[in-house]
Amino acid sequence: MATAAIAEPRRLFRRPRATTGFWSWITTVDHKKIGILYGATALLFFLLGGLEALVIRMQLARPDQHVISANTYNQFFTMHGITMIFLVVMPMGVALMNYMIPLMIGARDVAFPRLNAFSYWTFLFGGLFLYSSFFLGGAPDGGWFGYAPLNQTLPSHGMTFYSLGLQILGVASLAGAVNFIVTIINMRAPGMTMMRMPVFIWMSLVTSFLLLFAMPIIAIALFQLMFDRVFQANFFNPAAGGDPILWQHLFWLFGHPEVYILILPAMGIVSEVLPTFARKPIFGYAAIVFAGIAIGFMGWGVWAHHMFAAGLGPVADSAFALSTMFIAVPTGVKIFNWLGTIWKGDLHFRTPMLFALGFVAMFVIGGLSGVTHAVVPSDWEQTDTYYIVAHFHYVLFGGAIFGLFSAIYYWLPKATGWMLGEGLGKLHFWLMFIGFNLTFGPFHLLGLEGMPRRIPTYPADMGWNFWNMVSTIGAFTIALSIATFILNVFLSRARREEAGDDPWDGRTLEWSIPSPPPEYNFATVPLVKDRDDFWHRKYVTSPDGRPVPVLAGGADATAHDDEPHEHIHMPSPSYFPVVASLGAPLMAYGVVSLQPLNLGSPSPPPNEMASIALILVGAVVALLGFFGWVLEPAAEE
Amino acid sequence: MSASAQGMNAPLSTTEPHTSTGIDNAKLAIWGFLGSECLFFGSMITTYLLYRNRVVAGPKPHEIYNIPYTSVSSFVLLMSSLTMVLALAAIQRGDHRGFRVWVLATAFLGMVFIGGQVFEFTSFVDSGLKLSTSTFGSAFFMLTGFHGAHVTAGILMLLSLFSMDVAGRLGPDGARKVELIGLYWHFVDIVWIVIFTVVYLIPTH
Repeated sequence: MATAAIAEPRRLFRRPRATTGFWSWITTVDHKKIGILYGATALLFFLLGGLEALVIRMQLARPDQHVISANTYNQFFTMHGITMIFLVVMPMGVALMNYMIPLMIGARDVAFPRLNAFSYWTFLFGGLFLYSSFFLGGAPDGGWFGYAPLNQTLPSHGMTFYSLGLQILGVASLAGAVNFIVTIINMRAPGMTMMRMPVFIWMSLVTSFLLLFAMPIIAIALFQLMFDRVFQANFFNPAAGGDPILWQHLFWLFGHPEVYILILPAMGIVSEVLPTFARKPIFGYAAIVFAGIAIGFMGWGVWAHHMFAAGLGPVADSAFALSTMFIAVPTGVKIFNWLGTIWKGDLHFRTPMLFALGFVAMFVIGGLSGVTHAVVPSDWEQTDTYYIVAHFHYVLFGGAIFGLFSAIYYWLPKATGWMLGEGLGKLHFWLMFIGFNLTFGPFHLLGLEGMPRRIPTYPADMGWNFWNMVSTIGAFTIALSIATFILNVFLSRARREEAGDDPWDGRTLEWSIPSPPPEYNFATVPLVKDRDDFWHRKYVTSPDGRPVPVLAGGADATAHDDEPHEHIHMPSPSYFPVVASLGAPLMAYGVVSLQPLNLGSPSPPPNEMASIALILVGAVVALLGFFGWVLEPAAEE
Repeated sequence: MSASAQGMNAPLSTTEPHTSTGIDNAKLAIWGFLGSECLFFGSMITTYLLYRNRVVAGPKPHEIYNIPYTSVSSFVLLMSSLTMVLALAAIQRGDHRGFRVWVLATAFLGMVFIGGQVFEFTSFVDSGLKLSTSTFGSAFFMLTGFHGAHVTAGILMLLSLFSMDVAGRLGPDGARKVELIGLYWHFVDIVWIVIFTVVYLIPTH
């Protein structure tokens, strides 16, 4: 193959040229298009995960219901968790980072545009691979954390899909993390020093470092699980001396940094939205940045608070209880930063602001119930009850999802050029805010009354009936709010209310360029002189501390050249990221099909030759993709 | 700024100075990736340390390890770091003939190491240690197997560098590409030093 390539490189490895239409999306390496692909895909998975949640709530609305079987219930709550974490909140954060990082630091693209495309396609194929398990004998059914030894003994292929699907998604995250770290560290516009970066960029940087060091740990745990399930290894097999607690340690050593991976981007979003709509700079910039960094470090020292009930002993329990209480300090610092930002601000209650305020309020509730888990005896009472479910939905839905919707309302006009409707937007917020609290507030009470997680149904005499019904009503209210959102997007798209460059009177560089931004982002690379540089181009501060618009003609505040002065070379599209990312799922299907099924009835032995052939085909596809990647010309002449 | 060229795409802007570390983008990315790899191998080494003395069935570590044999293959792998350095030095001074000799030598030493590992695995299986025999077997084969896979990937990259140079497609920033792959190669060698110490040299009972 290589020799042929060398003989006729231009013909075999020409680069695609389409800039519009289907192939332009398949081959794009533009960070903005990739960001839109990430966001749209994450929203579709959000609908799937939400449908699973609705079925779960239908099942639990009343006692002794059998809408779905216990087996299907296991698959639904497992896939709901996996979907919302790995296929919604993480990629939605990545979508925003993709779109916004270059715009906010004054760059024309990310450091590695093709690697960026590779991340997206790997994420998409990983998600489709996981969902294909529903049609191939059953989806993962051992919980999103897949505890050992249950993760080995479950008979369907589900947990094998889990071990390989999350592995593929991890590759996407790792590639993305490396890309963002290099972009932020190396590609800032002149004058954009680290301490002038927007808080969202700081939080993206911390998130990327967390991904960089957390993904390899779960990769090993997932490989061990795969070897156990498919190749009869003994990592988590107690009969052969394997230690199921090892899985818990590896999983949560990844899993706790993971919760900060989920929440830090939302914290960054809120730190952009609140100053814009309070018309004040963020209160205590250095404090909020260092608090974020502190969370990034301390997040590595708290994992065993997920394992208080595993019997680690009083010394370990006490140490992790202390570190867990201590990590609440930098989190609390951020809360006061946000409160200080809106204090005496000139508040404009637009939809992004409502979601950001909702984030702060709901995250405080989730954070407080989190501190109660840090108290070991209290945690023993709460372990595996709905109280835990309440906690993590308050931080991940009330926190992350509210933050992400704030970002969608805030930044979508930049990406599309049109505003999202305010009326339906506010209706969306209030329906979601009320529905969310109706759904997850009662979980605190149900949990304290002893209702365990993961049960497919419950008897009528437990005293859980009323609050479960309330929760189900809440869940459908959330569904209604999401329908409002979708309606809003389509109506706004039809109405096309012009956003202009700077619809919110924003503070950061992305508002200084047209909406939607041109392919090269900045016609002239900006020279940054201040934190919130764009704001300072528009306003000066009066002696009594009020912002005063710069006099017309005094500065070229909003004037910008839409036409570049020089010819700007943008990276050419490429076929090879999508080709290379096809290899991993093919190999994964091969490995899954190697596993003998143990479903009670005798099943035919796996066709090993076919499986190995599939693995080899996958490897060859990946290799071809990477060779083409290296050998293709830098640009199509 | 040459950094955004990456041997990948056209430079985004060649005139504007960026607020940057001054470290080449790709090199920074490789360092980040290698940091991630530390956790990857660290998790496997931890698992091995947990399991090396828990042998319910099959041979125990000290019963099958052949330390002199593995010492020789470790020495071979370490020598490949030396030839890698020589290959980089050659391409940096524009000596393509020297580069081809040393890069092939590096790949060859890597292949000798992999051959040695294949022989070692075969002899262990003959002595009754498989992935499925015990927790020790699982942890050992996974750790050394993943290391071997990393060496194999490195060999493929070295051979690609060699063929690209022969075809004259290494390009003007060839030395940079060689340096990046060299970083990876040295990292894989260093990991082996840790594995050799932890797995083979620390006595078990």
